[in-house]
Amino acid sequence: MTETDGPHAARYDAILADSRYQRLVQRRGRFTWLLTILMLAVYFGYVLLIAFDKAALARPIGSGFTSIGIPIGIGVILFAIVLTGLYVRRANREFDPLVRALQDEGKA
Amino acid sequence: MKLRPAAFAPVPILFAAPAHAAGTAAGEPINWPAIAMFAAFIALTLAITRWAARRTRTASDFYTAGGSITGFQNGLAIAGDYMSAASFLGISAQIFADGYDGLIYSIGFLVGWPIILFLMAERLRNLGHYTFADVASFRFAQPPVRSFAALSTLSVVLFYLIAQMVGAGQLIRLLFGMPYSYAVVIVGVMMTLYVLFGGMIATTWVQIIKAVLLLGCATFMALAVLAQFGFSPEALFARAVQVKTDLAAATGLGAAEAAERGRSIMGPGNFIRDPISAISFGMALMFGTAGLPHILMRFFTVPNARQARISVLWATGWIGYFYILTFIIGFGAIALVATDPGFLDPAGGLRGGGNMAAVHLADAIGGNLFLGFVSAVAFATILAVVAGLTLAGASAVSHDVYATVLRKGAADQADELRVSRRTVLVLATIAVLLGILFEKTNVAFMVSLAFALAASGNFPVLILSLLWKGCTTRGVVAGGTAGVVLALVLTILSPAIWVNIVGQEAAIFPYSSPAIFSMPIAFFTIWLVSLLDRSPRAEIDRAGYLHQRIRAETGIGATEASRH
Repeated sequence: MTETDGPHAARYDAILADSRYQRLVQRRGRFTWLLTILMLAVYFGYVLLIAFDKAALARPIGSGFTSIGIPIGIGVILFAIVLTGLYVRRANREFDPLVRALQDEGKA
Repeated sequence: MKLRPAAFAPVPILFAAPAHAAGTAAGEPINWPAIAMFAAFIALTLAITRWAARRTRTASDFYTAGGSITGFQNGLAIAGDYMSAASFLGISAQIFADGYDGLIYSIGFLVGWPIILFLMAERLRNLGHYTFADVASFRFAQPPVRSFAALSTLSVVLFYLIAQMVGAGQLIRLLFGMPYSYAVVIVGVMMTLYVLFGGMIATTWVQIIKAVLLLGCATFMALAVLAQFGFSPEALFARAVQVKTDLAAATGLGAAEAAERGRSIMGPGNFIRDPISAISFGMALMFGTAGLPHILMRFFTVPNARQARISVLWATGWIGYFYILTFIIGFGAIALVATDPGFLDPAGGLRGGGNMAAVHLADAIGGNLFLGFVSAVAFATILAVVAGLTLAGASAVSHDVYATVLRKGAADQADELRVSRRTVLVLATIAVLLGILFEKTNVAFMVSLAFALAASGNFPVLILSLLWKGCTTRGVVAGGTAGVVLALVLTILSPAIWVNIVGQEAAIFPYSSPAIFSMPIAFFTIWLVSLLDRSPRAEIDRAGYLHQRIRAETGIGATEASRH
């Protein structure tokens, strides 16, 4: 499956040297790792709260019955959706044109 | 009947539902509207299969719907795979019993999706054709890596499949009073038909339609519940706490203690016993999602990386929305069902078991007809999930083992498809037999094992082969195998099996989920073995990384390759 010596080898070398490719890989890499770390931090922060301080989540908001854990839990769900949305938006706007340019380059 | 399984494990509620409700079917009145709905639904899905069968000509059609599914459709199909009857019945049942705890599961199931999107989805689409092994073995020696991937896929699929079969069988028995083994055979025959004739096209469309119906049902139920409380969640929670307090007081507890019991549904309960188990459980849920073969396979049904990305956004949105609805439905069941004598058996428990909470709520809201509808959707859900699982297992055998390892890529499409279809028959037979054999087993445990196996084998292998240049064939095979085997052994030594099934006094492995140990061991072994690997093959493996990376990042070479 590796195409070290395949028909694409020459094209791959050209892409490697292309500044657009380098920009794509660098920016997207930095962005995805940032988002991944954010998601891991928020989720495992929540898990650690459950593991070590359940009472904190059970505390009611004001004098009502709704506990603070409910907005926090729903918040983690919404946070996951928002992060996904942020990535898709930036990828559609910024990364896709770079990828398309690189793909077209080879066909020309 | 206690809802919570004795063993704490990921997904205890997943299919704990029917499992724990077992044995209460006798004496349930036959629900004719439900049967009519079931029949209508089965007819509809068979019609889809017929339609899809005419469009299934090539191996690519069969495995991955010819890459013709759009991002939006695939998002719904993924959500359908994920919003199983288990999450619908199971999570609402968990909330019905313990309140807040159900939300912890929902969150764990959801947060794997952003990780899949950021690190895997687009790369999978750009590198693979039919199975995740295409990706895991991209730059490695094919036979060993494919063999590992096939074994790991089959073990994950099998444990998952047994759980679904047992769950489906018990759901049908519960609703229709039909003998358990008949019910399992019916499920086996149905799923074989879908997969055999309709392949991935039928499986995907059944999944999409089911997802839409389930989302519609859940939305209607949640709105109906909220409407009863003037659209004030606070009023709903207040009523639920009141109900739980009254129930606790009725068992003879003092006022203060009863009030505390009532309040306890608003925070995390004690179902996560110790911090290690909590973290391990969180890891298995989050990373297991990113290693489930039938889920990963869905990324090959879309035409390109952009559609793969969009499908994850839709899937995450729908699944998150669905879990928020489930939360409302669970609390609604406490408020509206728990005190209604019409839904209770003489002992004060729910008719048909605590896990039928959502089904009873459907009855309370929309009467017998809506109840029939909800049950039919729940059943269709299991069928669709089972079909997807079987397809993933069959592809591992025909595409990875037969076409690539045994025939060294020289098998023609017709041969490969023939093997795949035979495998479907074999898998269905095994699943039916095991489903009957494991009738009394805690099925929740099976699903939790599937998640832990996926998090400990497929996930580390995929991540390191995608992201680390130094990764080699030997490293992947050694580390992946170590992770899967360790996860399996630790689970057997954990309280769920060692104490509850083997019958020993104390568990050798005291925690309920192995992921916190088996997953890092897998990563470490891959790293160490790759690092020490001085074989000639290792040179090729490392040299192949750059080109793999270019194709993963840009998709160049992928479109040509997928048209073979």
